[in-house]
Amino acid sequence: MAEEKSKLQRLLEQGEFVVSGEIGPPKSAAGDGVRHHTEELKPYVDAMNLTDNQTAIVRLSSIAAGIHVMAAGGEPIIQMTCRDRNRIALQSDLLGAYSLGVRNVLCLSGDHQSFGNHQAAKNVFDLDSIQLIKTVRDMRDKKAFHSGEAIKKDEPRFFIGAVANPFADPFEFRVLRLEKKIRAGAQFIQTQCIFDMERFEKFMDLARNRGLHEQAYIMAGVMPIKNAKVAKYMQKNVSGMLVPDGIVERLQKAEDQTAEGVQICIEQIQQLKSIPGVRGVHIMAVAWEEIIPTIVKGAGLLPRPQ
Amino acid sequence: MIVAEAKPLEEILDSLKGMSKVLVAGCGGCVAVCLAGGEKEVGIMASALRMKRELAGEPLVTVEETLTRQCDPEYVKELGKKLDGVDCILSMACGVGVQFLAEHYPDMWVVPALNTKFAGATIEHGLWEERCGLCGECVLAQTGGVCPVIRCAKSLLNGPCGGSQNGKCEVKPNACAWQLIYDRMKSLGRLEQLVEVAEAKDWSKSRDGGPRQVVREDVKIDG
Repeated sequence: MAEEKSKLQRLLEQGEFVVSGEIGPPKSAAGDGVRHHTEELKPYVDAMNLTDNQTAIVRLSSIAAGIHVMAAGGEPIIQMTCRDRNRIALQSDLLGAYSLGVRNVLCLSGDHQSFGNHQAAKNVFDLDSIQLIKTVRDMRDKKAFHSGEAIKKDEPRFFIGAVANPFADPFEFRVLRLEKKIRAGAQFIQTQCIFDMERFEKFMDLARNRGLHEQAYIMAGVMPIKNAKVAKYMQKNVSGMLVPDGIVERLQKAEDQTAEGVQICIEQIQQLKSIPGVRGVHIMAVAWEEIIPTIVKGAGLLPRPQ
Repeated sequence: MIVAEAKPLEEILDSLKGMSKVLVAGCGGCVAVCLAGGEKEVGIMASALRMKRELAGEPLVTVEETLTRQCDPEYVKELGKKLDGVDCILSMACGVGVQFLAEHYPDMWVVPALNTKFAGATIEHGLWEERCGLCGECVLAQTGGVCPVIRCAKSLLNGPCGGSQNGKCEVKPNACAWQLIYDRMKSLGRLEQLVEVAEAKDWSKSRDGGPRQVVREDVKIDG
């Protein structure tokens, strides 16, 4: 199998400020929605995450969705969680995804099943996210399965991503956990949505102190908020997400809250771009994918490099 | 200890349908300590069953017996004397006791009165909490004496997920196990130990290989 670097990896290595987006696969057996979003987004983002049954709700698989993205000319980042598959199924899916042309994988723990639509499900967590990262790396660099057995030919050679949440606790451990992920093999990092800029800057300070910004490409996560109600909901109900009161108030005061939400997101991107060690942004417009072009344009990130 | 709690009375009554004489068998071990299946609970269970059946016009005779332990063949044997005319044994022990009774009395119908919950301890009077996942390969030396296998909702071995906030787990009102681990390692000056990547667990040492055995040749008595 020919060595084939992903576009995402190539652009990051070239030093481009990279933009990725996110597409939530549908709760149905149709791929046209994903293809449609891909067509819409591909001039504006360099790669697209496909979430893996996010919030533990059954959806079209992230790998299948990634194939639809490729069919529509986009670059997929397959999300892979440890919640639903053991090490046998995870490795099998890695082989399958690579054989179909997928080159980027993002390894996560996965949302707990109690948030989803199958709360009586048994979670797996045979591996945790860090052990999954190491597994993907060992398949590539050691040409070996998790058990140590050699992969005799055509090993999967993924560009490996991981997530970091600077807004969960314990705060100081978040940087150590990022370091563990990088040690295990993570090459690019996408962070949780950033609203509390001060805390993120502190996180980046600590990360830079440990030299982590030079060991992995850190992409800052952002999320446009449609209105003050949504901001308040996230503030109260979503663990691991910090939405400062200032943002809620700014939305409340705005005449056009949606436009203000977009403006806030654009300003955040501009601010993030100036933080040393931030190598790109990841835009999570949950169920609002169509706003991504406006944000990318507004943030002055066009045209995208090829 | 093994912590258990009573099944809903309706479920127990349902499992005793058609039975006219039931031996309610208690256990003086863990389930007595956690107030689920000791002598006192046997008495309460037996009278509740009799009353319910009386009201339903299907009177029930109960025999009450609490063994020192139901997980020990020596004590299980004692129950033989009490089985005259008994249709069914209602075991108020954990799942181990229920199975031991079923194995020792092959002709007897044995049903459980409890749901066996976990290996845990008393936190305060009336509150028990899980502490050990019985995984077969203890990791407490790596995690400062706090078990992530059972106390983390995702059994994560390399630190907290993104849902840990203000010391709480996002799933339950419980403490985040990794916050507890972090706090302890920090106060003991061992934070760098947590930067080591913990290898994947060998789950074959856990329940995944079927029923496990511990064999100790040195203490075996060969007849």
